[in-house]
Amino acid sequence: MTCALELKDLHKSFGKTEIIRGVNLAVQSGERIAIIGPNGAGKSTLFNLISGRFGPTSGDIVLNGQSIAHKKPYEINRMGLSRSFQITNIFPKLSVFENLRCAVLWSLGYKYTFLKFLSGLRDANDQAEKFLQMIKLDKKRDVVAMNLTYAEQRALEIGITIAGGSDVILLDEPTAGMSKSETSRFISLIKAVTEGKTLLTVEHDMGVVFGLADKIAVIVYGEVIAFDAPEAVRANPKVQEAYLGTSTADAPAGEH
Amino acid sequence: MTYYKFKPYNVGRVVIWSLFAILLLVVPLVFTSQLSATMLAQMGIAIIACLSYNMLLGQGGMLSFGHAVYTGLGSYMAIHALNMVAAGNLHIPVSLVPLVGGLAGMGFAILLGYVTTRKSGTPFAMITMGIAELVFAMSLMFSEFFGGEAGVSGNRVAGDSFWGITYGPQIQIYYLISIYTFICVALMYAFTQTPLGRILNAVRDNPERVEFIGYNTQRVRYFSFIIAGFFAGIAGGLSALNFEIVTAEVVGAGRSGAYLLFTFLGGATFFFGPILGAILMVIAFVLLSEFTKAWLLYLGLLFLFMVMYAPGGFASLLMMNLRVAAFGKLRQIWVSYLGLIVTALVILMGAGAMIEMVYHLQLNDSLGDTLKFTGVTLDAKSIDSWVGSLLVMVTGLGLFEVMRRHYLHEWGEIQTGIENEIKRREAA
Amino acid sequence: MEFFIISMLNGLSYGLLLFMLSSGLTLIFSMMGVLNFAHASFYMAGAYFGYTISKWVGFWPALFVAPVLVGACGAVFERMTLRKVHKFGHVPELLVTFGLSYIVLELVQLIWGRTAVEFPPPEVLRDSAFTLINHSVQGLSVVWGSAPADLCSNADASVRVVCSPFPATRGFMMLVALLMLMSLWLLLTRTRIGLVIQAALTHPEMAESLGHNVPRVFMLVFGAGTGLAGLAGVIGGSTFVTEPAMSATVGSVIFVVVVVGGMGSLSGAFLASILIGVIQTFAVAFDYSFITLCAQLGLSLSDAARENSFVKLTLSQVAPILPYLFLVLILIFRPKGLLGTREG
Repeated sequence: MTCALELKDLHKSFGKTEIIRGVNLAVQSGERIAIIGPNGAGKSTLFNLISGRFGPTSGDIVLNGQSIAHKKPYEINRMGLSRSFQITNIFPKLSVFENLRCAVLWSLGYKYTFLKFLSGLRDANDQAEKFLQMIKLDKKRDVVAMNLTYAEQRALEIGITIAGGSDVILLDEPTAGMSKSETSRFISLIKAVTEGKTLLTVEHDMGVVFGLADKIAVIVYGEVIAFDAPEAVRANPKVQEAYLGTSTADAPAGEH
Repeated sequence: MTYYKFKPYNVGRVVIWSLFAILLLVVPLVFTSQLSATMLAQMGIAIIACLSYNMLLGQGGMLSFGHAVYTGLGSYMAIHALNMVAAGNLHIPVSLVPLVGGLAGMGFAILLGYVTTRKSGTPFAMITMGIAELVFAMSLMFSEFFGGEAGVSGNRVAGDSFWGITYGPQIQIYYLISIYTFICVALMYAFTQTPLGRILNAVRDNPERVEFIGYNTQRVRYFSFIIAGFFAGIAGGLSALNFEIVTAEVVGAGRSGAYLLFTFLGGATFFFGPILGAILMVIAFVLLSEFTKAWLLYLGLLFLFMVMYAPGGFASLLMMNLRVAAFGKLRQIWVSYLGLIVTALVILMGAGAMIEMVYHLQLNDSLGDTLKFTGVTLDAKSIDSWVGSLLVMVTGLGLFEVMRRHYLHEWGEIQTGIENEIKRREAA
Repeated sequence: MEFFIISMLNGLSYGLLLFMLSSGLTLIFSMMGVLNFAHASFYMAGAYFGYTISKWVGFWPALFVAPVLVGACGAVFERMTLRKVHKFGHVPELLVTFGLSYIVLELVQLIWGRTAVEFPPPEVLRDSAFTLINHSVQGLSVVWGSAPADLCSNADASVRVVCSPFPATRGFMMLVALLMLMSLWLLLTRTRIGLVIQAALTHPEMAESLGHNVPRVFMLVFGAGTGLAGLAGVIGGSTFVTEPAMSATVGSVIFVVVVVGGMGSLSGAFLASILIGVIQTFAVAFDYSFITLCAQLGLSLSDAARENSFVKLTLSQVAPILPYLFLVLILIFRPKGLLGTREG
């Protein structure tokens, strides 16, 4: 198993406040990692660092053997990493299909061309259709994205993230704001669409975490205090002390 | 607020383009006066200019206060090229001179666009403003290129005539313009159906997200800016041929402001909106300005109301009502529209009377105190006229408010009705 | 020497006038995210209101009443129009102020006509504040007010006397601007409302979530910003000229000032205003061109080169575009502006 993503002694300060205080993490290709931690621990900051929204103060981020520490988001995306956002970040005035089609264009090599018609790009259209089916929004193909329901928009958000064919996917609280039933449906969707890919997801819902992840990384005050299989993390005293969040039905009773 | 999309069927697309072409060909035969000929020529040019502007505004979300720089510099290059053709130094047919303008527009967009598109939103707007002022100020400095106060003139009857077409008569230049208009409109429409065009829309909607799907947002803006500059330059080149003179105002703030105003009024959210806006622009500048001196004031007020209540412009108003008609509910609301229009006219009467009286007092002291306003004689110095006009305006305002509430109520009902109908059709 | 002093003072006074305008613009932009395209229109309104009011009750009452009137108009505009488009985003807000600039210009032309009006400064300011006398024998001396004619004329052919007056209006402009600057600083740092404004300058959403009545604060800030512009208008209109074109001439320069200084930075606006004011004033006074530069360096140019309009350009001819050149250079080399913190 190759190392898909590695964080090496990562530090990030905003002014005088250090948010990320030395994070070391190695994610193997094909693994599904859940990142949990209390609010303000630095989970979103970590995602922003990895995806290139801003650069680290020190340390390195290595994607498939190449350093991506201070690269621009589009450079990182072109190297095979894609992320979704906690606050839905779609293209509101385009239709669902157009949203997906935009997401596939660069990966198919179309770049900035203005000499070809979109309707004639068979591979782009086929790919977009495929992902449309995958995220189960085929009935809403031509609906303008801002008219979708919240859950549908979240699904589209995931769709845009995976449509580019990236191997490393970062999902930032994908089930935020969803009901229990919506969440479980969504998790099956995530499992299906990220088959074979490396997945990092920030989550607060423990049911999701224990059902989805191969390993859990627990981040408290900008440091990783545990990185292990779900059962081991659950039993880890440091984690129990710091944070375990809401227990779910399949967690042992009496957990604090 | 839901966002509408009204997609004509594909057969309709062929029909629309053919109709457009036929319209361009036939319209000067219907409106045959000299005034019409000049206006139609200007409309063709304005259509290209406003569509190129909307590539930035409506399609890219880039608010530019300096688009006249590219149309204007295109004009200047074109007129210099025309003079070179006349002098025998340049051997291209006059018909291709606008292309020189286009290349100039593109060249300046490559040069200036790099620094302009580094930012977006408000800073972008300010940069375009600064560059526009820079170019305008330079136009008064370098008289070799810009011709100083008198500008640069040329003669479009130059070079060899082409199948007997010399471009002397206005009708010939009109047909040249209409050919360019048709081709440019078609090309600009085609652009909206290309990857760059679509990603430009994505940049407008969510510039940050675009970076995360692999695109360099600044590059997207820069390339689109260059293409818009090309078409702007063509409009400028056609303008140079049409008027045979280019003066510094073609790069001035007034012209840039007019592009913004009328493209927005026409409607930046639909492709054909700027076409409407361009036609309105020529009508306003040529006809309305003759009607009343306060036309810019009325325009400013109209613009203000549009931004507040109908930010999609006339095009969106049209489309919204077409949608209502498609669902068969227009009958319900046309009475409200009539009421709104009538009461708005009443307000206009009252306000217009007062404005004209003020102008009269200011300017035409020599002509005495009375003036005619839509057939009514007003005495600018008598209190009766003033009170009367004020009463008319206030009454109009009151009635308008009543009608407006009624209209909003009706409109709300219709919209709910339509939405229910859509849900019903979806479920079926 | 006296030329340098007078020009410096002139440049400073112009720069301070620019700052009076750009500070209001910066405050409004920082707090509300709205770039008030009509800011120079409020400047013009201030001048015209000042003109009319001073014709009724004199200059000094006008100096106080006109800015208040302009500020009230600004507040009303904010309440009736800007507030409605706030939810649509920043671009519609900018467009609304853009439309307003047309309307104000047309209304001004409607009411007061298209030509310049005579808005004289008050009696006490009509003279010079002081005069520098450069006597070739006695050296430099200062005389308060205007120098009497006999002091300025050459007593005999061997003595050269140059009198450089500094207009009182300019001095007054500097005084008002400095007073305004100081009261603004005191307001922002010592009062409660000032703290709220400071907070909102850098973190508007946070200030709102802390429970401050931000819409009302917005209205106040917009009114205050436009009122400042009105004050600048009364002074600028009486010192320079009051005409419909005045908003256009100063309008674009203050936008340059705001961008060059750094959007959202008051100190940046101050620095940029002074810089641009001084440099432009000096540039206008110099007739040096590339040709004179070459002559000084001992290089000779061919006749054809001398005729080139680029080479012939004197610094005074280039002066009007200097601010815009600054803008482009800043955008290339330091896009955040001189002292900017926010990206805009």
